[in-house]
Amino acid sequence: MGKVIVVTSGKGGVGKTTTSAAFAAGLALRGHKTVVIDFDVGLRNLDLVMGCERRVVFDFINVINGDANLNQALIRDKRIDNLYIFPTSQTRDKDALKREGVERVMTELKKDFEYIVCDSPAGIEHGALTALYHADAAIIVTNPEVSSVRDSDRIIGLLASKSRRAEKREKPVEEHLLLTRYSPERVQRGEMLSVEDVREILSVPLLGIIPESETVLKASNTGMPVILDAQSPAGRAYDDAVARFAGEQREMRFALPERRGFLRGWFGRAAS
Amino acid sequence: MSLFDVFFPRKPASAAVAKERLQIVLAHERAGRDGPDFLPRLQKELLAVVAKYVAVKEDMIHVSLGKAGNASVLEINVEMPVTAKSGPMRAATA
Repeated sequence: MGKVIVVTSGKGGVGKTTTSAAFAAGLALRGHKTVVIDFDVGLRNLDLVMGCERRVVFDFINVINGDANLNQALIRDKRIDNLYIFPTSQTRDKDALKREGVERVMTELKKDFEYIVCDSPAGIEHGALTALYHADAAIIVTNPEVSSVRDSDRIIGLLASKSRRAEKREKPVEEHLLLTRYSPERVQRGEMLSVEDVREILSVPLLGIIPESETVLKASNTGMPVILDAQSPAGRAYDDAVARFAGEQREMRFALPERRGFLRGWFGRAAS
Repeated sequence: MSLFDVFFPRKPASAAVAKERLQIVLAHERAGRDGPDFLPRLQKELLAVVAKYVAVKEDMIHVSLGKAGNASVLEINVEMPVTAKSGPMRAATA
């Protein structure tokens, strides 16, 4: 039976789709059969971030409405074995994600996949609530910034009250905090909430710290999950986070400013 | 505090301000959120019952759920209109 992971945040623009893409790719690279679903109906973007936008024929809503079956809609990733992308529709009909339809699709996916990664839309409307409803685990993507932390707190409340697990009084959704766009230098200068601050405020176990990195934009420009870029600090941080999710112990990198020796700093600057 | 600090007081780091503001606003929001959602309906139905016997207005009945030690206390306050003979009536159940 597959495990459903929702990538959620409340606030928009904090890195949900980047995280969904990286996480799904990371799980597949570790040999798990994984599908990543775009729940942002009307604003399809996961296809672009995953670089498969020209291969979309059928989508989530087509499958819900019975116009296509799952195998017709799932897109197999060309770079990574075991990875499938399930794009959403561009329809403007907000209620297209019908409850029974989504339920049926999730049940079917759980039979076939080890991990089902759900990329939630921003906000706390129907789409976001549908994305978190089926979750067994949640990755709460948060920026070290006041509005993002507040919205994450709201989402944590919804996970505890509106998820299927909460409704059926089962074991609560497993929560993981992922701090993204982190700048240790700014934290050190007292300009940015630290990882300890955010952890203390939200009291959710920390899964990883993704440093602010130019390589994230570079990856989405080219439609490649950033985790595939081994040179990228963000890519390496995502790899750590996926490993921790799988139960491995990894040292928390990127929490402190990188210490550069005189020569390394000099040559590093000259090289970039 | 050095003499330097007297003449040039340092502003608190903005991250510390952010943390404090968040802690205050979230404490407030969590208190409102964690309450059970039957309270508004209970308040409405109680009002309907009381209104059958006494001429009370909507804002004259207050229902709240609080904590006393390790027990939850449901507090219902009904403000009686001045024309009624009895003074303010108050009921509390644990």
